Amino acid sequence: MSVQTWTFIIVGLTFALYIGIAIWSRAGSTSEFYVAGGGVHPVANGMATAADWMSAASFISMAGLISFMGYDGAVFLMGWTGGYVLLALLLAPYLRKFGKFTVPDFIGDRYYSNVARTVAVICAIIVSFTYVAGQMRGVGVVFSRFLEVDITTGVYIGMAIVFFYAVLGGMKGITYTQVAQYCVLIFAYMVPAFFISLAMTGNIIPQLGLIGDVTDGSGMALLDKLDQLHRDLGFAEYTTGTKTMADVFAITFALMVGTAGLPHVIVRFFTVPKVKDARVSAGWALVFIAILYTTAPAIAAFARTNLIKTVSNEQYSSMPEWFSKWEETGLITFTDKNNDGIIQYVGDADKNELVIDRDIMVLANPEIANLPNWVIALVAAGGLAAALSTAAGLLLVISTAISRDLVKMQIKPDITEKGELMWARIGAVFAVIVAGYFGIHPPGFVAAVVALAFGLAAASFFPAIVLGVFDKRMNREGAITGMIVGICLMLWYMLKFKFGIFDGGKEAVAGLKSGWWFGISPEGFGTVAMAVNLIIALVVSRLTAPPPQDVQDIVEDIRVPRGAGSAHAH
Amino acid sequence: MSSLDNRAKHYWKENIRYVVILLAIWFLVSYVFGIFLAEPLNAVRVGGAKLGFWFAQQGSIYVFVILIFVYVRLMNKLDKKYEFDEI
Repeated sequence: MSVQTWTFIIVGLTFALYIGIAIWSRAGSTSEFYVAGGGVHPVANGMATAADWMSAASFISMAGLISFMGYDGAVFLMGWTGGYVLLALLLAPYLRKFGKFTVPDFIGDRYYSNVARTVAVICAIIVSFTYVAGQMRGVGVVFSRFLEVDITTGVYIGMAIVFFYAVLGGMKGITYTQVAQYCVLIFAYMVPAFFISLAMTGNIIPQLGLIGDVTDGSGMALLDKLDQLHRDLGFAEYTTGTKTMADVFAITFALMVGTAGLPHVIVRFFTVPKVKDARVSAGWALVFIAILYTTAPAIAAFARTNLIKTVSNEQYSSMPEWFSKWEETGLITFTDKNNDGIIQYVGDADKNELVIDRDIMVLANPEIANLPNWVIALVAAGGLAAALSTAAGLLLVISTAISRDLVKMQIKPDITEKGELMWARIGAVFAVIVAGYFGIHPPGFVAAVVALAFGLAAASFFPAIVLGVFDKRMNREGAITGMIVGICLMLWYMLKFKFGIFDGGKEAVAGLKSGWWFGISPEGFGTVAMAVNLIIALVVSRLTAPPPQDVQDIVEDIRVPRGAGSAHAH
Repeated sequence: MSSLDNRAKHYWKENIRYVVILLAIWFLVSYVFGIFLAEPLNAVRVGGAKLGFWFAQQGSIYVFVILIFVYVRLMNKLDKKYEFDEI
């Protein structure tokens, strides 16, 4: 059977599964809509969190990025996993004990202020929208590449599916669909990895293959072989990287803290029955994430080695079929600068003749390794599962922010449960439409802004939540000033050094690099902005009145697990 | 001070101690081994990989997982010890 037939069958089956689950797990109350009634098993929640967390970027782009960044790729690997340690130790159990539905709920109550709540709502909406636009685009790209419909149609199909189960099922529907989506995406990621690891290193486990020897008879370790290839071609050595140590540190830290501050991740820990379930659930989430995240660097190294061996110094005319197929999409380009018909793929930009888009590595990998057609189709279904699951989680955050944090808490407090549920569904519809719009008309800055989302979450939510639990003296004035200064500083730095707004636009960006504070890139600046937020919050809180007694009692109460009960509306 | 307040105070103190120790290990494997000392550690090898590189792309993630489960265990015991476990 052809790749396309296989893709239709596998993608069709998985979609039928998602819709079936959505119908089975419809939400009947606001508690079910917001937090799945608070009755999700911690392992299931771990799986759902993993699917929620791992987006199209993790599934499709990350291994490719690492493949081209070498050692520096560690910023993503550590940054996007280490945050779960912070979640489990500093946030999840306490927010669960607090027992409300959203992050703005916590901020608003803990800091006894609707201003704080509003600041939190705005942050949550900005972070979630920038994120979701990228997901819908990912859906469109996978559809267009594997089903040969155009991107717009792909986005519409994706919208319809997400619409169906997010609007109908709320958190309950999303949770159980995400469990299914995790299974699909991890299977789709691992199968090609096993095949390729076995072929290249003789070891079927990719994590062991990465530290194993290559099977080409040279007896060299795979990574040594790769370093040697890199040196020979004039690239920086694969295992050492090119970023400065300060920058690697700052980016990793910003991603970790940002992960722990993302509303769609945090809200997942409201869905388990008990405080201790919230702790262990973070552990399970990281187990499920780590399976993919420890495989990705292996795939990266295999793909890089494979690619160099296949193309470097070979006749252009003798390239395999996948090469020309991706060339048609414009994601691989070859310009024969010295007209010898041979591909020179080298570190020197003047002599290099081959440009490869990083995003194709995972999608093209099964083809490069000559795997059967059903495996290629599986990868398409996996990419869709990753994108849809993340999109759904984000849409829920947006709809909740509208129905609960705005309508119920601020505009119309006496709304009935039925009315609130209707607002939640209206919010979801609105969010799906906006996300779809961005998917079809992607603003050029999507990729850049996704990095900003982490910086924003790090610079705003993380200190406010952690201080809210660990510093009883932290008050409204301190937290609000900290959040506002943190976010504004982060925005300013991004606008200045990422978009060049103050210096004449995009072209100026490269020249501004020498002005970076402490040599830290905008991607890593969340670390600095977070530190500033923290310090300002501490100083201001000590200069103003302490929080009222009942708020201090709340803090005492959330520090101990007993008496958590189920999530309640008040 | 009532005994409940006292219990809560001691419970919280021990919790903070666990958190500090575990986060110190968290920092050590990722930032110290994986970034600051990656260069010197690369002289040592784990299988076919340099140790600093391995910590940055593999080892730190395994340790993260272990840390969370250790914390879960410690806290479940602590909850029982101070009778704050959920009924």
